[in-house]
Amino acid sequence: MNTETTLALEKQPLSPEAITSRVQANALENEAIYILREVAAQFERPVLLFSGGKDSITLVRLAQKAFYPARIPFPLLHIDTGHNFPETIAFRDELVNELGVELIVRNVQDSIDQGKVVEETGKYASRNTLQTTTLLDAIEEFKFDACIGGARRDEEKARAKERIFSVRDDFGQWDEKNQRPELFDMLNGNIEIGQNVRVFPISNWTELDVWSYIQKEGIDIPSIYFAHERETFLRDGLIWSAQDDIVFRAEDEEVESRWVRFRTVGDMSCTAAVESHADTIDKVVAEIRDSKISERGARIDDKRSEAAMEKRKQQGYF
Amino acid sequence: MEVLKIATAGSVDDGKSTLIGRLLYDTKSLTEDKLEAIRKSSEKKGYDYLDFSLATDGLVAEREQGITIDVAHIYFSTPTRSYIIADTPGHVEYTRNMVTGASTSQVAIILIDARKGVIEQTYRHFFINNLLRVKDVIVAVNKMDLVGYSEEIFNDIRENFELLNEKSTYGEQRLNYIPVSALKGDNVAARSENMPWYEGETLLEHLEKLEIADVSDKSKFRFPVQTVIRPKTEEFHDFRGYAGKIYGGDLKVGDEVTVLPSLKTSRIKEIFFFDQTFDKAGAGSSVTLTLEDEINITRGDMLVKTDELPRVEKEINAIVCWMDNKQLRPGTKYIVQHNTNSVLSKIDVIRNNIATDFSGVLEANNQLGLNEIGEVQIKLSKPIFYDDYTENRSNGAFILIDAHTNATAGVGFING
Ligand SMILES: Nc1nc2c(ncn2[C@@H]2O[C@H](COP(=O)(O)OP(=O)(O)O)[C@@H](O)[C@H]2O)c(=O)[nH]1
Repeated sequence: MNTETTLALEKQPLSPEAITSRVQANALENEAIYILREVAAQFERPVLLFSGGKDSITLVRLAQKAFYPARIPFPLLHIDTGHNFPETIAFRDELVNELGVELIVRNVQDSIDQGKVVEETGKYASRNTLQTTTLLDAIEEFKFDACIGGARRDEEKARAKERIFSVRDDFGQWDEKNQRPELFDMLNGNIEIGQNVRVFPISNWTELDVWSYIQKEGIDIPSIYFAHERETFLRDGLIWSAQDDIVFRAEDEEVESRWVRFRTVGDMSCTAAVESHADTIDKVVAEIRDSKISERGARIDDKRSEAAMEKRKQQGYF
Repeated sequence: MEVLKIATAGSVDDGKSTLIGRLLYDTKSLTEDKLEAIRKSSEKKGYDYLDFSLATDGLVAEREQGITIDVAHIYFSTPTRSYIIADTPGHVEYTRNMVTGASTSQVAIILIDARKGVIEQTYRHFFINNLLRVKDVIVAVNKMDLVGYSEEIFNDIRENFELLNEKSTYGEQRLNYIPVSALKGDNVAARSENMPWYEGETLLEHLEKLEIADVSDKSKFRFPVQTVIRPKTEEFHDFRGYAGKIYGGDLKVGDEVTVLPSLKTSRIKEIFFFDQTFDKAGAGSSVTLTLEDEINITRGDMLVKTDELPRVEKEINAIVCWMDNKQLRPGTKYIVQHNTNSVLSKIDVIRNNIATDFSGVLEANNQLGLNEIGEVQIKLSKPIFYDDYTENRSNGAFILIDAHTNATAGVGFING
């Protein structure tokens, strides 16, 4: 793990050039840090939604920067689908340990066991939509008033109109027609009891911006983001992991070993891999730069319908 | 990488979506799967061309109505810089969205349909960019293919626009006219063979070369404190850092600063960005500052250089753009959010309504309705520390929040 993650606790000796230099303003980074500080100042119970993916790992780094030399002043919340890549979970635990932040985990499996949601079945079964219930329950349980997430506007069309502070009602619903205008960089976090705000500090970043930042900062990310050999099978032109039992595979879907990496690390059952030999961050960045398939193209749940994301968001999906 | 933020506005059907889609296509920012979706959809509608407008259309409701209804953000990049487009519709009922888009942008593209020329909506787009002091305005005369790529028509439109520009209140604004066909691609990224008479830059060339004019760079140092950082660890036992973003000006270690409202003075001891300290910092940096002296500072306070004090008043005049369904009336109370400072306020006088077509001031009718703009006098329960909007965009603007609904009900540009 990167040694920089422990700096919240130790003072670094300053290099000579650092002493005579000028803060180099990276517009996107400055903006994200500004937003995170507004969250800490305007809300009483913020939480950072941590999926173990590269976007939320980037958020954690930005939060470290925003509050240094203090610790990150809010806990991390992981909604565990139970379908995570084992690499992601191991990574999460190590990161939390080094940062000394509080980690809260709530399980979709518990929501299923309590009969609050019903597991999907069939070929395209996924727990992605089930997460919503578990998330809303956790928000209520801890009375979170601001949930910081790593969504980006370039990911998907419906997200393009999402605000940086996005107010949700008691049911977690998003009313896209009644959003608050966001002028200059002023963020209005005034809410009523029962409402909460979803906050997107890296709204304006593109996938490439995130990858370049990870490269520049030397941030550690889970190994599944890098090319590795994996047992896989093909379906609908996409590559799926056959290594674990979580992804449903029909008998006629043949298992084959391929060199792949993942571009997102959502629920394993709806996260397809891409063929790749990019096994270092530099190679990944180069590959993304030339890439012609958008990130969410590899997520089956969005392909279900064009309006899929929008509908899920209205229901409280992150 | 540098980021250039662009606001686009145009009337329905002027070709705004097509132009943006074309920019994405020509800069190879459309991914294979998005391009495929556009191909399929264009085919389904029976077009013999690619309908790039589909690259940007967002929400379901919009698809149903076939128009854009909010601010959409679109991203593309070239090896030179990253671009963010805030796209807003052009009708009068979307004035507030245009104001919102312009507030975060450094450049505006005003689209004109070559067949229609300068129309009422053009006036409004330009007026808003004047009011918000967007430094660079590009007038893109679109659909040149439908007017035989006529130089004369282009020149006529330019002349009409220049007449409008004479009424501008913002003399330093930079205007550029570019004849384009968004559909065919003329002068968007590729130079047009159909308009040899045009010798200027293509739209993309212009955006690539544009000097990112940060108005605030020339303005004075303003540092609204967002939050106070007190680690309370053994190592940083007495550490007290003031976290915020620099609005305008430059700061060096050793500079003498005054804290508002207490008027206490001290010197900058350290400038932190994450775990490094620096000698200097400029506008836009999200830094943490420490001072030589222990002073009681909280969120909402502001650090400024001692010889550059801002105005500190309990009564302000501002041009307000109203954004709420409930009208703004004298005697009503709102929360003024100015930087990190929130104060209760009372609307004193609504002096006038300002026409958004440069025709001047309308008679005061003592209220501002949704999308209306007017000069307002506001009384504050506590003083704020501000500059005129024309001197510092960030420190001269505020929002009005309805204390009952929590809605962002309006935006103000201070002018005294
Ligand atoms: N001939 C021609 N048609 C255009 C041009 N730009 C846009 N259009 C067409 O004008 C119509 C409206 O364009 P659209 O981009 O949807 O306009 P918007 O409402 O401003 O976003 C569509 O049918 C476009 O194909 C152009 O440069 N030339």
